[in-house]
Amino acid sequence: MSSSLFNGWEVVIGLEVHVQLATRSKIFSGASTATGDEPNRHASLIDLGMPGTLPVVNKEAIRNAVRFGLAINAEIGRRSVFERKNYFYPDLPKGYQTTQLAEPIVGPGEVVIQLDDGSEKTVRIHHAHLEEDAGKSLHEDFHGMTGIDLNRAGTPLIEIVSEPDMGNAEEAVAFARKLHAIVTSIGVCDGDMSQGNMRFDVNISVRRPGEPLGTRTETKNLNSFRFMEKAIKLEVERQIDVLEDGGKIVQETRLYNGDTNTARSMRTKEDANDYRYFPCPDLLPVLVSEEDIEALRAEMPELPDARKARFMDAYQLSDYDAALLASSMATARYFETAADHGGDAKLAANWVMGDLAAKLNAEDLDIAHCPVSAEHLGQLIQRIKDGTISSKIAKQVFEACWAGDGSPDQIIESQGLKQMSDSGELEKIIDQIIADSPAQVEDYRNADDAKRKKKIGYFVGQVMKATQGKANPQQVNELLQEKL
Amino acid sequence: MAIDSQVVARVAHLARLQVDEGEREALSERLNEILGMVDQLQQADVGQVEPLAHPLELSQPLRDDRVDEPDVRDKVLPIAPASEDGCFLVPRVIE
Repeated sequence: MSSSLFNGWEVVIGLEVHVQLATRSKIFSGASTATGDEPNRHASLIDLGMPGTLPVVNKEAIRNAVRFGLAINAEIGRRSVFERKNYFYPDLPKGYQTTQLAEPIVGPGEVVIQLDDGSEKTVRIHHAHLEEDAGKSLHEDFHGMTGIDLNRAGTPLIEIVSEPDMGNAEEAVAFARKLHAIVTSIGVCDGDMSQGNMRFDVNISVRRPGEPLGTRTETKNLNSFRFMEKAIKLEVERQIDVLEDGGKIVQETRLYNGDTNTARSMRTKEDANDYRYFPCPDLLPVLVSEEDIEALRAEMPELPDARKARFMDAYQLSDYDAALLASSMATARYFETAADHGGDAKLAANWVMGDLAAKLNAEDLDIAHCPVSAEHLGQLIQRIKDGTISSKIAKQVFEACWAGDGSPDQIIESQGLKQMSDSGELEKIIDQIIADSPAQVEDYRNADDAKRKKKIGYFVGQVMKATQGKANPQQVNELLQEKL
Repeated sequence: MAIDSQVVARVAHLARLQVDEGEREALSERLNEILGMVDQLQQADVGQVEPLAHPLELSQPLRDDRVDEPDVRDKVLPIAPASEDGCFLVPRVIE
């Protein structure tokens, strides 16, 4: 199942992914799913579990789940059944979560992931089911009590359950990223992980090759790819240490803390039977017709793999570049806008994957929150292309644009960064430098053609220094050759 | 499966029901009688029968994705045992 061994141990990883569906109203009530408002403003009588209320299923939640199923080539549950998962927790007002178990809306499917070495791997999806989210427990600021905000209670989720097909952290992260790309591409989720709109639980076990599966632990609620990778590595190391010291792995839920890169046991996992699932008597089976499915299939947006192929074809990008740029909806959209505005796809690709990615990474920002808009990057690219600025000055303009100094055109204008196009002025500077450097001029004139190419660099450097980088390097070269 | 007073205590705990020790014996006897009836049902051959999730031969009506529920916070918070800053308050949940 897995490819790599750690100290002779095989690692087995499966993921459970909660994806918040981008509906306006909740899965069983007409309350808003909006976030950021005052606590309990969007907790309707149904969400509060008031006696006498009845749930009615949101059509769009069903459609979104079917869309996801189609995107991963899954069998769609023509008939799916909601069940009650019974447990008591203050942020779950009804005393049960309405979810699906035996007859989920999305059956077995698969997701193909691309690995760093260029190879591909198929991760099987066991199923995906619809369920409602719980509210939030707030532990601070309530002098020893816990505050309950039920605005999130009843927000529709799909929980995607993978088979244990991943053998290391890299594969798990590649899978998580691919899922993110899929759900954002088909528009069923906004993918904002900082808001918990996509959450990952990772099941990990280790074993000696050929032996039965080891006892697994579940690390919950990882909300960034970076934390996920670290948390997996940490847990794999812990399990191997325990087993090599002769200990036993306890089946438990663990909570990862990204700030300290540590994890602790949260609770030993209750037996599945303890939830006493049973079909929800308040909800009838949900039927999805062939026509519904075909209609959704027909209006399916472009999937990440198709987008990658299109990028390679339409923009002449390499396999690697196209895969990277197509890997998330936000990146793809940004790149396409920048490329269209800039009129140069290769330059746009280099900027998005180079300076922009580095800067986003350094400031831990998502491209959706990038301070330089795609339109502005496009404008910058245009100015490089039409010779207004050199690519070196472009970096300076980019930094200023990032800092909020205005559009590239405004920055170029206000900071006087235009490339010197007046050859008269440039010639004057060049003449001066030649006059000031008799030794280097002598040296250059005595050299053969091959060496001259190198030696001219000194003069180009001096000109750039004198013009603060605003001269067009090509023009400088030509003029220098002429004059020397 | 036979139910003894330990199982009764466990199930009662899961359902957050208060069942005093003195009641457990009698309850387990009555539950065993019910399970006896279930055992009888188990003997019926249902190999050809589809599992039933609901007794009605109907499917779930769906509603359009529209926000149409009123904000009831100011009505429900006052009837909660305790509330503050728009939140319901409960005894501290320790994880």
